[in-house]
Amino acid sequence: MTAADVLLLGLGAVAVGSGLLVVTTRHLVRAGLYLVVCLGAVAGLYLVLTAELVAWVQVLIYVGAVVVLLLFAVMLTRAPIGASDDLDRPGWPALLVGGGAGLGLAALLVDAFRWTKVDLPEAGTAERLGTEIFRSWVLPFEVLSVLLLAALVGAIVVSRPDIGTRE
Amino acid sequence: MAGYLGSYATLGLLLLASVVVFVGAFSANRLLRPASPAEPIGKRETYECGVDPVGGDWAQAQIRYYVYAYLYVLFAVEAVFLFPWAVIFDRPGFGATTVVEMAIFVAVLALGILYAWRKRILTWT
Repeated sequence: MTAADVLLLGLGAVAVGSGLLVVTTRHLVRAGLYLVVCLGAVAGLYLVLTAELVAWVQVLIYVGAVVVLLLFAVMLTRAPIGASDDLDRPGWPALLVGGGAGLGLAALLVDAFRWTKVDLPEAGTAERLGTEIFRSWVLPFEVLSVLLLAALVGAIVVSRPDIGTRE
Repeated sequence: MAGYLGSYATLGLLLLASVVVFVGAFSANRLLRPASPAEPIGKRETYECGVDPVGGDWAQAQIRYYVYAYLYVLFAVEAVFLFPWAVIFDRPGFGATTVVEMAIFVAVLALGILYAWRKRILTWT
């Protein structure tokens, strides 16, 4: 076991454990905070796997922005401070789908790679990603801006019912 | 401490050292200080600006504030693409074309801000 293996196992355990807490806790706000731990551990996994820029993007976008969005969404609801007992729904279908997808993917990956040893690639720095994006992937990059614009306009229209109605 | 993981090991060591300093300082404080907390009436009450709170502890936010959070997410995504761009745009083989590509990207997103502005999302009501 190398240091990278130990780190991967530890961070993976943290990610899975906090992920379980997200879905089992009865407190809505705590679920959002456990999600921070889970996404942070995933960022750590990226970092160990030398995907440097992706790891920090994960921290910036997911741990930062997306969790803020989620907590905002929680604040829109009526009164989630304290235990919400009505959160619990029959979990069996979700368990079946989630567990099935996880086990299926794990089986596929184990079968595909067996005991192949893969050396960690050269670090995915901002320079390497920038070269890739602006040399080979310019069109998807520009289309992405249109996607973001559409999402922004959609969010504005959905959150302001007075837009689009004729007076 | 060489190589990719080694450089982060230095950072990890720094974080560890800072945690040790923090825990050490507060534990030393706890060991050395006298402890006789007073319990006057109302010490553990919550209060707001010196006034006892009235009503519940939860104010339901309006949905229009959601747009601000959403704008933040969008422009965080935009900012993320600025980092790799800023590193490479003056390298040989990139130059003006790359600058124009990023300008188009930012301009399309600026249309979104323009839309929000024209629809009076940004005014505080």
